[in-house]
Amino acid sequence: MSKKILLDKIKIPGIKTYEVYRQNGGYASVEKAMKAMTPDEVVEQVKASGLRGRGGAGFPAGLKWSFIDKKSGKPRHLVCNADESEPGTFKDRYLMEFIPHLLIEGMITSSFALGANLSYIYIRGEYMWVYKILERAIAEAKAAGWLGKNILGTGYDLELYVHCGAGAYICGEETALIESLEGKRGNPRIKPPFPAVSGLWANPTVVNNVETIASVPWIVNNSGDDYAKIGIGRSTGTKLISASGHIKNPGVYEIELGLSVYEFMNSDEYLGGMSSDRPLKALVPGGSSVPILPADLIYKTANGEDRLMSYESLSDGGFATGSMLGSGGFIVYNDTSCIVRNTWNFARFYHHESCGQCSPCREGTGWLEKVLWRIENGQGREEDIDLLWSIQSKIEGNTICPLGDAASWPVAAAIRHFRDEFEYHVRFPEKIKNRNHFVAEPFEKVKHLVSKVIV
Amino acid sequence: MERTHYKQEINMTETLMTRINELISHYPEDKRKSALLPVLHEVQDAHDNWLSTELMDKVAEIIQILPIEVYEVVSFYSMYNQKPVGKFLFEFCQTSPCCLNGTEDLMDYTCEKLGVKMGETTADGLFEVKGVECLGACGYAPMMQLGDFYKEHLTQEKIDQLIVDCRDNKIILHDK
Repeated sequence: MSKKILLDKIKIPGIKTYEVYRQNGGYASVEKAMKAMTPDEVVEQVKASGLRGRGGAGFPAGLKWSFIDKKSGKPRHLVCNADESEPGTFKDRYLMEFIPHLLIEGMITSSFALGANLSYIYIRGEYMWVYKILERAIAEAKAAGWLGKNILGTGYDLELYVHCGAGAYICGEETALIESLEGKRGNPRIKPPFPAVSGLWANPTVVNNVETIASVPWIVNNSGDDYAKIGIGRSTGTKLISASGHIKNPGVYEIELGLSVYEFMNSDEYLGGMSSDRPLKALVPGGSSVPILPADLIYKTANGEDRLMSYESLSDGGFATGSMLGSGGFIVYNDTSCIVRNTWNFARFYHHESCGQCSPCREGTGWLEKVLWRIENGQGREEDIDLLWSIQSKIEGNTICPLGDAASWPVAAAIRHFRDEFEYHVRFPEKIKNRNHFVAEPFEKVKHLVSKVIV
Repeated sequence: MERTHYKQEINMTETLMTRINELISHYPEDKRKSALLPVLHEVQDAHDNWLSTELMDKVAEIIQILPIEVYEVVSFYSMYNQKPVGKFLFEFCQTSPCCLNGTEDLMDYTCEKLGVKMGETTADGLFEVKGVECLGACGYAPMMQLGDFYKEHLTQEKIDQLIVDCRDNKIILHDK
């Protein structure tokens, strides 16, 4: 059993409620931070922990906190990013649904460290029942004196609210999230200025992922150095991984960073191997945006070293032979999966979710979707594969926010590692037309997608 | 531009207004606009799950912003409906991780069972099937969103039962 610091108490009956959470040591970090530490000392501990942003980018959390503008005298805000929408990712939802007070405790301790008096949890609108769970948990915490005026007699005031989105992947990008929190369309802002200087209502703001904030109580209760001892190298601590696809035990797991991909995939403690015992074909280790890995690059890196669940090891080899830890959305594909269809499906997702501000992304994602669709349906041309490569290369790096990159990378990686499958689709359209790639063959072709009119 | 002149009866009940005012109080006094998204959810839930132009105008009046500020938000976010939808809107997640476990076939099954195409409402106005993008339930596929809740690990039998339960009004759509 590897170390657990986020989900260690999740199986305790009634941990969802304030009483049980408190009886099991909950809110101790708030007491310790407010009574025995200064805000800067809390920031120092988080810096020392090496905790990196768990939303996908992996930026050091303590460093991000240290950028917040404390000199201007403007009100400061902490905003929790609970807009989890990256395909393959469902870890934050699990944490918020089953141990909501851990996030609230983290929000209070972190807000204290940043000197924020008004903080928000921005949750995606589809998680409406979780929104209600958080709203009720906040009311419980407030009734118990952890929120409001003069908390624990320290003179520190904090109000915390939940805010819901309404179905837009782009709002997971921090500046789009801020726009949305201001009641606007989720159009990302041009940086600089960064939110740490001018964020919510032009006030200094820190935006952190749910898992990042939920890790803070443990760091404060123990120490940054203790946290840094967990994990491997610069990948400190634990990570929530949400696993889906063709595996025996899909679900959310907390792993110590540095666990080998092989053990995570095959041990009964974790995924338990492939469902139906079919061979492994490909893996997306960190949510749909990160490059897909073919079977021969999953357990070993190109250098022949063991591939580990860590920021460094998963990205070993760059995009040529590596991928990224990303958000921890671990999607496993067996031999019946069609890579072209999967790539088309992701392209459709990004096309749907593009906010439309930047032409390369607005138009390019649509082109990717269309070209991939015609290849998948046996109407592809030889030159389409190079065309796809060209389109993705012109989106990447040419947009305000990383959605453009996120749309390009899966297409580039699919062509890089599975070019033969694209060529097969183009050369043998008849064979492709009558295959269903997503479930064990033979199976009737999916109808509503086939009948879609091709423009 | 889609047709938007469907008729909608506007009924801002006292319960609804109390909730709206509570939501507005979550933001600083001069930042009422921030409450727009949560308020629109509440208003839509109380009005058969869609927002007419008149209703959006009403929201603008309550929040004290221009109607265009409401329209641009409603047309941007996929959870707001600008025309009437089926009372029981089956929103299947159709992104790849869910498809790996048979979502597309289950969507076809549901459409056939109800005798509708994707995006159509049944003649009695009760059901509609829709494909939506990733709902964050990839490990529990196939799944759908129904009102405020998720229905996960779906099978044909579960769909059959769900349709019966909807017809018998046994399904709670919103957690208020």
